[in-house]
Formats: sequence, structure tokens, C-alpha cells
Amino acid sequence: MNLIGSYALLLALVTAAYAFAGGIAGIRSRNPLLLSSARRAALALFPLVSLAVAALLYAFLRDDFSLAYVAEHSSRDLPVMYKLAALWSGQEGSLLFWTWLLTAYLFAVLWVNRGRHPELMPYVGTIVAGVSVFFLLLNNFAAQPFNLLAQPMASGGLQILRPADGRGLNPLLQYPEMVGHPPLLYLGYTGFTIPFAFALGALLARYPGEKWIHLTRRWVMLAWAFLTAGILGGAHWAYAVLGWGGYWAWDPVENASLMPWLTGTAFLHSVMMQEKRGMLRVWNVWLIFASFLLSVFGTFLTRSGVVSSVHAFAQSSIGPWFVAFIVLVLGVCTWAFVKNRDYLRSDHRLDSLLSRESSFLFNNLILLAAAFAVLWGTLFPVISEAVQGTKISVGPPFFNRVNVPIGLFLLFLTGVGPLLAWRRTSWSSLKKNFGWPVLGALVTGVGAWVAGFRAFYSLICLMLAAFVTLTIAGEFYRGARVIRGRTQTSFLSALGTLALRNTRRYGGYIVHFGIVLIFIGLSGAAFNQDRQADLPPGSKMQIGPYTLVAQTLTSEPGPNYTAEQATIEVFRNGRSMLMLYPARRFYTASQVTETMVAIYSTLRHDLYVVYAGRNPENDQPVIHAYLNPLVKWIWLGGVVVLLGTILAMLPGAAPASAKPAGTATAEAAAALTEAGTPR
Amino acid sequence: MQARVKFAVGAGVIVAAVVWLGWLGASQSKTYYHTIAELQSLGARAQHEHLRVSGTVVGGSIRHLPGRVDFVLEEQGQRLPVSYVGRDPLPDTFTDGAQALVEGRLMPDGRFVAEQVQAKCASKYEAMPDTAPAGSTTGGRAGQVPR
Repeated sequence: MNLIGSYALLLALVTAAYAFAGGIAGIRSRNPLLLSSARRAALALFPLVSLAVAALLYAFLRDDFSLAYVAEHSSRDLPVMYKLAALWSGQEGSLLFWTWLLTAYLFAVLWVNRGRHPELMPYVGTIVAGVSVFFLLLNNFAAQPFNLLAQPMASGGLQILRPADGRGLNPLLQYPEMVGHPPLLYLGYTGFTIPFAFALGALLARYPGEKWIHLTRRWVMLAWAFLTAGILGGAHWAYAVLGWGGYWAWDPVENASLMPWLTGTAFLHSVMMQEKRGMLRVWNVWLIFASFLLSVFGTFLTRSGVVSSVHAFAQSSIGPWFVAFIVLVLGVCTWAFVKNRDYLRSDHRLDSLLSRESSFLFNNLILLAAAFAVLWGTLFPVISEAVQGTKISVGPPFFNRVNVPIGLFLLFLTGVGPLLAWRRTSWSSLKKNFGWPVLGALVTGVGAWVAGFRAFYSLICLMLAAFVTLTIAGEFYRGARVIRGRTQTSFLSALGTLALRNTRRYGGYIVHFGIVLIFIGLSGAAFNQDRQADLPPGSKMQIGPYTLVAQTLTSEPGPNYTAEQATIEVFRNGRSMLMLYPARRFYTASQVTETMVAIYSTLRHDLYVVYAGRNPENDQPVIHAYLNPLVKWIWLGGVVVLLGTILAMLPGAAPASAKPAGTATAEAAAALTEAGTPR
Repeated sequence: MQARVKFAVGAGVIVAAVVWLGWLGASQSKTYYHTIAELQSLGARAQHEHLRVSGTVVGGSIRHLPGRVDFVLEEQGQRLPVSYVGRDPLPDTFTDGAQALVEGRLMPDGRFVAEQVQAKCASKYEAMPDTAPAGSTTGGRAGQVPR
């Protein structure tokens, strides 16, 4: 099986090289037979890499510890779910996983567009095949997953080792979220390859019009949705597993996933400028180039150990490969741009500062500023060492100072942008659209102030949240009223009809609402409190409205660990509410201890309890309790964002007839006609 | 044309604000990475900087005292006495011979006061013969993890 996997990877490399070289030759010679065989070679990549993945999973399930990768990342007592997840827990496996997802995307994009866009698809297939060549080179030569454990013998030969048991999976990864979070993140990273290939292909082919944007919209949203889910999943994992009471620490690996998300978000917005107004063509091409490069860069940061990180689970000398690849891709992009830049000329210019265009421009500027600040801060140690000779790192205060105001400004634009008209907006329509939201924001501000909400940024955040929510609600209300007036249905079914008619617009609003919920959750961080105390059985501690009473400290056996578990009864107003069981697990195979946090989560706040071990001075158990307000809103917001994205990806129904009526309903009617525009 | 100028001005203000905020944030949170040998040559300057130093925990040097933990870090023959004063318990990976990373300040008497300690236990992975690059090592950290 290992041999099969190994050969499948080698064959995949040869096939990818053929798809790449054959594709280029086919495009240049316009030979249909060559193009068709290159396309088939590209399609064959997915089954070939799947075979290698299956072989590795089989080795994990069979406990084949003769494989170095299996021996390092698994053990006999590891639950089956984690044996499968071990595939992406180390360098070799996760790079194989990357390749696999990439070839899956390649297969899907070629299949979905079979028989269509004959001038563009060969470029797309060839470019993705080229990217696959790079990752397959890594799989075959730099990070081989099918290496055997061996040691040199005195005779000069190699002795194959087969240890009785593996070293076990890193306990930090033995958590249900770790089964879901990395694949989502990787699906996001790899997903940006497809729009990248379309953009570069369209540029090279001088493909007419904005068609590549319509073709890639769903692919971009898919990648964006996966990346969003992956980032939030990672934040939740950090929150629930790492046991420090927070979900985001501006760690390099977290930053690595945020950067392509920021540029991808900018791209999702700025393509609308190109679709509707023929503006920002150069900008869009470079945004998607940047998103792809930052995705590769993210993988590079995670895998190379260039910047130290608690999340960098596998580090090695793979860095130069990635640097070479990034430089190469950047070179190809620059060359294609310089060669065909006249193809990207804009049709229109900015008409007014009070217009949809300018809100999109500010949105893009601010997202790019955030991405650049994150990149700068992440690479600061590398830059400062190169310039000054001393490694200097910047911490969370840097990132927060820059990104909190940026985030709030973005939140503001989220409310304002969609309601501004294209080209120019009149004051009267401003008053009409923003009267209630502004009033709502002010009322919220005063209410929150009276309720004791004094942290400046959090207060602003809550006001903006109210503002944006009301603008979104207003849009749904106005649109549904028009439909109800015409179809005489209930308001609720009119809402449904509205959302399904223009999925793109109303899905977008739902995504925006999800973002609002996430921001509300983030604003709670200003009010976090925590306390730590020795808590032997029988004693109690107070945090916020809760009284924690320690009951027992017991030892509990698990499948591949033993846990020391504290039982803590939680009282509120003298009434017993629930039991929490924070624990520390000692994993037998890896000889590592891990903290298991106990969380009681409500919409108002999370009670987050960590058993921090025994106090070395008196051997008493130490309990560290946190009260984190509003954290649950972040995860809820994430779910809303994903639902909105799914809605926006659905095809919308074109309206039968949408005649702009009076001025009051004109914008809602415009919303309906927009559904008819091609996607 | 006028709209473009207005936009350019707005963009300029935003970029300047971001740069200013970044500069403020950076000067507030800069941490200098130094080796133990460099610390000695830095002299008084080292006392004004927030520092990050790594080394191996000298065997038998860990002493738990009320309110703090003392230990000695060693790197290339140079030793540095450290007092950990953070509130959180030290990570489980922090043992004799572990690779440790401390963040804090250097006192005039040459003692390093650490607010944060991270430790990596590398020993488990060195014990076995290996064909692939060193795999995952579990890190742990103590101290107030910045948020």
C-alpha cells in the first residue's frame, strides 16, 4: 500500500508536469488534440493523489509504524477519528492534503466548465496544473509522506525499523475541532487558486469583458466561506483548548490566515465595481494575485518556522522551496501584467465622494491597510533583523491599535456602503435611508452608557452595530413591502421571496449582519475579568455573579490518557446552577499534559474555568476562572455569515416584471431588477 | 476630477492615521530578541528594553519561592539568573533541561525578571532515530498571554 501511494505521487507529478507543459504547448500551437490531452491529464491528478491519500490513511488505520509519518503522529491507542485527522497534523501529511484539495478543486472546475469557455479553460487548467507541479515536487522530494523509518547500519545499508508503537498525536490536536478546522482552512487557502487561475488566464488570454469575474464569483465565495469558517474554527479551538481565556493572540499563524481573508474580502467587494462600472480592473487582478500569494505565504509561515509561533506544529527547512515558488509566481504575474496591462484599462472614473464607488474604494483601502499592517507586524522580526541586525517583535498592542479602528471604520462602511447609490447620492435619499439607523445608534449609545458601558471602542462598536443592523433591517423591510404590495402575500413570505429573488444582494446583507454579531462579540473583550486562587475541595471563590465551590479532585482514565479532574459546583444567587469539570490530561504515548477547559456559555457571558495544576508551594489545586462577556456572539455571527454566504451563492430567480414605481419604492425595485443582471 | 482629489485626501488621512497608530502600537510593544551573551555587552541599554531571551534550563536550578520561581538559563556557556514573577503556573513542559523562552526585563543587578515563560520539551523527539525532519514539539506557555 505504501509503495502504491508513493508511486501514485510520482505518477501524479509526471502527469501534472504533462498537463502544465502540454497545456502551454497546446495554447501556443492551438492544437485541439494537445489541449484535450492536457485537460485529461489535469483531470487524472485528482484520482492519483486520492490514491496516495487513501494509502496514507490506510497506513494510519493499520498502525503501520514502519512509516516515519505514521510513527510520529499516531499511536495504537489513538481514537480512529484522530488517526484520520493525523493525516494533516504534520508537515508531510498536510502538504499532501494541500495537493489533494488543490487537485480536487482542479477536477471540479474543469468538470463544471466542461465544453464551455474554450478560450479560457485551457489557461485555467494549465495554471492550476502548474501550481500542482510545485506541491507535488514538495510531496515527492522535500516532504515525503511515505518515508520509512530507517537507520544506517555499519555495513552501509539501511535497517528498516518498525517500532512497536508510535509517538502519538500531539495532544493539542486531539480535540474534535482539530478534525474540522484544518481542512476548512486548507479548503480556503487552496480555493483561492481557482480565481487566481481565472484572473491570470483571462489576463494572458486577453479574455474579453468581465466574464472571468462572473465565472469565478462562486469559487471566490466558496474559498472565502471556507477560510472564514476555518479562521473562526481556529479561534474557537484556541479558546476552548489552549486554556488562556482568549481566542485571538495575533500569533503569526493566526495572522497568516487573516491576511488572505482580508484581501479576499476586499476582492469580493471590488469586483462589483468592475462588474457594474468597469472600474478597478488592475486593482482586482492584483487583489486576487495577492490573495493567492498570501495563501501560499500562510502555508509557508505555518510550515517553515520563519517566525516562531505556538501554532507552528511542524517546522523544517522547507522554506526555500516556498520562497522560490512565491518569487516565481510573482514574476509570472508581473510579466503577464506588464505584457497585457492595456487590456485592463478602466471605463469610468469616480464621480462623487458620496457614492457606492467611493464607499467600495474606502472599504478596499482599509482592508488592504489592515492586511498590510498584519503582514508588517508578522514579519517585523525578520525585517528588523535584516535592517538593524536585531530581532524585534511587536506584540498585540501593535495589532490592536491599528486594527481596532480599522475594524470599526469597516463596520461603519458595512452600514453605509450598500445604501449609497452608484455614481452619486442625494442628500434627501441619505436622510431617508439613514434617519432611523442614526437615531437607533444614538439611543443604543446612550442606553449602553447608562448601563455602565464605558470602554470607548466597545461603546462605538455597539452603536455602529445598532446602526448597521437597522440599515439592513430597513432594506429587508422596504423590499418585502414592495413585494407584499404586488403579490398580496404575508410579510414573512414576502421576505422569503425577496431573499430568494436577489440572493446575491440579500445574502450579502445577511453576511453583513453576521459580521455585526461578531463585532458585538469582540466588543465584549474590553470587559473580560479573571481570577486565580488555590481551591482545595470545600473552598470557594467568586467571579462576577458566580460562586465556584470546589467539590472533589479525582483521577479519571481515558482511552489514551489519564485525567486529573476537578469537580466544581457553580452557584448563582445562592442557587446551585451546574457542575463544571475542568481537567488536566496526561497523555501516555507523548508524555505530555494538556489542560481541558470547562466552559459555561450564555449569550451574556462565558464562565471559563481552567484547572491550572497544583501550586508547587502547598500542593493545592489552582483554579483560574475567567468571565468573558459576549463571546458566544462571535460563534453565532460566524454561523450567520456562513448561512448568508450560502444564500448568496444560490442562483437568484429573475423577476417577472420590475418597474420602478414611485421614488419611495424606487430603490427596493432597483434591488429586484438587479437580480436580472448576469452573475 | 474633484471627487478624485477628495478621495485622495481621505485616503491620505486614513493611511497617515494607520501609520501613526502602528507606530504608537509598535513602540509600546516592541520586544528585543537577544542571546544571553549579547545581554552582557548591551550594558545599561538592555534595562530599558522589553527583552526576549532563550536558553536551556540548567539542571537542578529551579527553585520555587513564595511569589516567584527562580531558575538559571544557559546558552553557549553563558548563564543568566531568572526570576519568574507571572501569575500563571509554569507550563508542564518547563523542566530541567527544557528549552525555555523568557520575556521580561533585565534588572541592574543582572537578574532577569520574566513575566512570561514558554518552554519546549524537545527531549522526547531526540530520543528516537529519525529520517524525517523533527516533527511536532509541544510548546507550553505561562504568564499573562497578551490579548
